[in-house]
Amino acid sequence: MRIKEVYIDNSATTRPYPEVISEMSRVMDEEYGNPSSLHRRGSEGERILNTSRQVLADILGVKNNEVIFTSGGTESNNLAILGIARRNRRRGNHLVTTAIEHSSVLQAFNQLEKEGFEVTYLVPEKNGVIDPQKAVEALTSRTILVSIMHVNNEIGSIQPISRISKMLKAKNPAVIFHVDAVQSFTKFSLSPQQQGIDLLSMSAHKFHGPKGVGTLYIKDGIHLEPLNWGGGHEKGLRPGTENTPGIAGMALAAKISTADRRENMEKMNSLKEKLISSILTEHPWAQLNGPLEEEGAPHIFNISFPGLKGEIILHALEEYFIYVSTGSSCHSSAKEPSHVLRALGLNEEATEGAIRFSLSHLNTEEEMDYAASKINSVIAELANFHKITT
Amino acid sequence: MNRLLLIRYGEIALKGGNRPFFEKRLLRNIQDSLWGLRPFEVTFRRGRYYVKISDDNLFAAQQRLQKVFGVVSISPVFEAELNIEDIYSEAYKLLEANYTPGMSFKVNTRRSNKNFPNTSPEVNSNTGAYLLDRGLDLKVDVHNPNIVINIDIREKGAYLYSQTIPGPGGMPVGVTGKGLLLLSGGIDSPVAGWMASKRGIEMEALHFHSPPFTGEGAINKVMDLCKVLSAYSGNITLHLAPFTEIQKQIRQNCPEPMLITLMRRIMFRVAERLALQRKISALFTGESLGQVASQTLENLVAINDVTSIPILRPLISFDKEEIINISRKINAFDISIRPFEDCCTLFVPRHPVTRPTIEELQKAEEKIPVEELVKDCLENIETRTIKSRE
Repeated sequence: MRIKEVYIDNSATTRPYPEVISEMSRVMDEEYGNPSSLHRRGSEGERILNTSRQVLADILGVKNNEVIFTSGGTESNNLAILGIARRNRRRGNHLVTTAIEHSSVLQAFNQLEKEGFEVTYLVPEKNGVIDPQKAVEALTSRTILVSIMHVNNEIGSIQPISRISKMLKAKNPAVIFHVDAVQSFTKFSLSPQQQGIDLLSMSAHKFHGPKGVGTLYIKDGIHLEPLNWGGGHEKGLRPGTENTPGIAGMALAAKISTADRRENMEKMNSLKEKLISSILTEHPWAQLNGPLEEEGAPHIFNISFPGLKGEIILHALEEYFIYVSTGSSCHSSAKEPSHVLRALGLNEEATEGAIRFSLSHLNTEEEMDYAASKINSVIAELANFHKITT
Repeated sequence: MNRLLLIRYGEIALKGGNRPFFEKRLLRNIQDSLWGLRPFEVTFRRGRYYVKISDDNLFAAQQRLQKVFGVVSISPVFEAELNIEDIYSEAYKLLEANYTPGMSFKVNTRRSNKNFPNTSPEVNSNTGAYLLDRGLDLKVDVHNPNIVINIDIREKGAYLYSQTIPGPGGMPVGVTGKGLLLLSGGIDSPVAGWMASKRGIEMEALHFHSPPFTGEGAINKVMDLCKVLSAYSGNITLHLAPFTEIQKQIRQNCPEPMLITLMRRIMFRVAERLALQRKISALFTGESLGQVASQTLENLVAINDVTSIPILRPLISFDKEEIINISRKINAFDISIRPFEDCCTLFVPRHPVTRPTIEELQKAEEKIPVEELVKDCLENIETRTIKSRE
C-alpha cells in the first residue's frame, strides 16, 4: 500500500470523521434554526441540543443538566477555573494546580493571581506524574479549587485523578476538583461521579470532531460565575446562540470514538510500542521523556534527540508527509522551551531536541513502519550533519 | 461625490535638469499606490499633485499616499470655482465637516493668481464674515484657532483645506536605481530595505533557506515581510536561494569556529552574482556594527575580501532600539518576531568565536568546491513576485 501521509500529531488536532462532516453539513443545510426560536426551525435546533447533550451525559454517566456546551477546551478550562474562583472568593483565596497544565489552565491561574488569589503549582515526579500526597499537603483550610489534568498533552503522563480526589476530599470535603480531560475524553473511561470530579473539560476536535466546540461537565450544586453575559443560554453560564452544527458533530464524534474504546486503546498501544522500540533501538542515544513506556497514555509520547533541533526534525519529516510536533502546538507562537519538559528537569539540549508523537486509532501498522524507517534515516542524517557521536 | 487630495513634495523640487524625471516617477508611484481605488484621476500642476477620488475611497487613498516616498504632505481639499461665492460655499462645507459648537477659526488666504479680483485680506475677512453669519456657534481667533481654513487661489481654481497630513518624505522609489536586499526574516533587514526605498531604491530581495529543514512557515514569513515593504517600495521580486548543500559541505569540511563567516562569504558571493545577472548595482544588508559576533569590523572585511560590488548598510550605526522603533512603525515587527528557524540555525555553533584571518578563511575554503556550490545555488534560485496590491 502506498502511504499518502502519516498524521501523528493528534494531540494538536484530529481529522474529523467523514460522518461528522456530513452530519454538520446536513445540520447547516436543513436544521439551521436558532434553538431559541419559537417556530419549527427553532425546535429542530433545540432537539439537536437535547439529543447531543444526552449523548455526552450518557458517555460520562451524568445527568444531562450537568453538561454545558462551550467553544472548546480553552473556554471550558477558563470558565471552570475563573468561574469557581471568582464565585467562591469569600470561602478562601487559595488554589492548587500543577506546573505541567495546558496553557489555558496556567494562564487562567496567572490571571487569578493578579486578582489576588494565591496559587500552589505542584511539580511532578521525573515521570511526569503528580504524587497525590503532595497535592494533599498543599491543601489549606482556605483552598477552594484544585485543578489537575488527566493526560498530559506533551508527554502523555496519566495523573491518578481518582486517588487524588479521594485524598483531597478526605482532608477538605469542601474543596472543588476540576479535571482537564481534553486529551483523555473518549479514550479513557471517565466517570465524574465515581472518580469524585466536580468539573471536567472536553474538546471536540481532539476526538475527530470539529474545532470550536467543547463541553464542560459541572456537577449539580456547583455554582460558578460566567465569563460572558447575554441571553441566558446554557443556564446562563455560556450565553450566545448555540453552535448547533458543531454540537451535533461533537456528539456524533464522541459516540463513534467511544463505541470501540477498548479496541482503539489496544491498537494505539501496539502502534506506540512499535514506533518507540524502532526509534530507540536504532538510536539508543535518544531518550523517552516523562512516563515509562508502559506507564504513559497509549496515544502520546515524547522523545528527545539531544543535540538536534526539534523544529528541524519536524520539517525534515514533513518532506515525507509525516506530521509531528515539537512541544505543544498551543503555544507555538512563543518560541520558548516547553514548560512541561522543563518541569521534568530536562536540560536545554533535551528540550530543544524534543519531538511529540500523538496517535489516533485511525493510524495503521503500515504507517508506523513507514514513519519509523523515515524517522530513523532523518535522525541519522541530521546526527551525522551535526557530528553527534552516537 | 468626488473629493480632491493635494499632494506636496519637497526634496525633488531642488533637482535641476532632472526634475521632470523625478516628477514623472513620483506621478507613476502615486498612481500605482492607488491601485484598486478606481475611478481616480491624478494631475500635476505647478509643483503639486492633485488626486480626484470618490468620497468613499478618500481615507484609503490618504493612508496609501502616506507610504509613497517623495510625498511630503497630503491635504484633503475642497475645490472652488474662481469666484467669491463659490469660495464661500466651499469654505462653509469645509467648516461644517470639522464643526464642533463653540469652536474658533481663522481664514488664511494665499492668492498666487493675481487676476483674481479680491485681495487676500479681503477674501479672509469676507469669508470669515460669511461663515460667522451661518447661525453656527463660532468665533474668530487669529492667534490660536481650533481650525485654520486655508484658501489657495491658483490659476485653475481655488483650493480650500484645513488639514495637513505628513507623508514619509524621501525620494520617489525608482529614481536612484536598483538594489538587492539580503532579507533574513529577522528585525533588521526589512528595516534596511525600507531605508533603501526611502532614498528611491527599487528593491529586489534575496532570502537563503535550507529546505527541507526550514519549513513553509519561514518562507511565508519572508513573503509577508516583502508584502509589508511593498506598500512603500512597490512590487518586490523575491529570490529564494537553497542553502542546505552549502551548509552541509561547510559543516563537514571546515573548522567549526569559522562556520558562520564562511557561510556568509558564500552568501555574499551568490548575492553579487545574482545582482550582476539582474543588472542591480548594489547590495543592501541590515548589518549593524557589533550587534552580533558576525557583524564585527573583521567580519565585514572578510566579506569585502570576496566581493567587489558596493554593499550598503543603512543600519550600520543604529542601536537595536532604534531599529525596532522603525520596524514597529512600518508594521514589520510582529512578522519579524514570528518564531521560525531560519537557515542559520542549522549550524547551531555553540561558541561563535570568530576572529579568523583572511588567510585562514581562504585556506578553509580550499576544502570545499566554492565555485560549484555558488553556481548550483544560483541555478536553483526560485523567484517570486510579491505584489503590493492584489
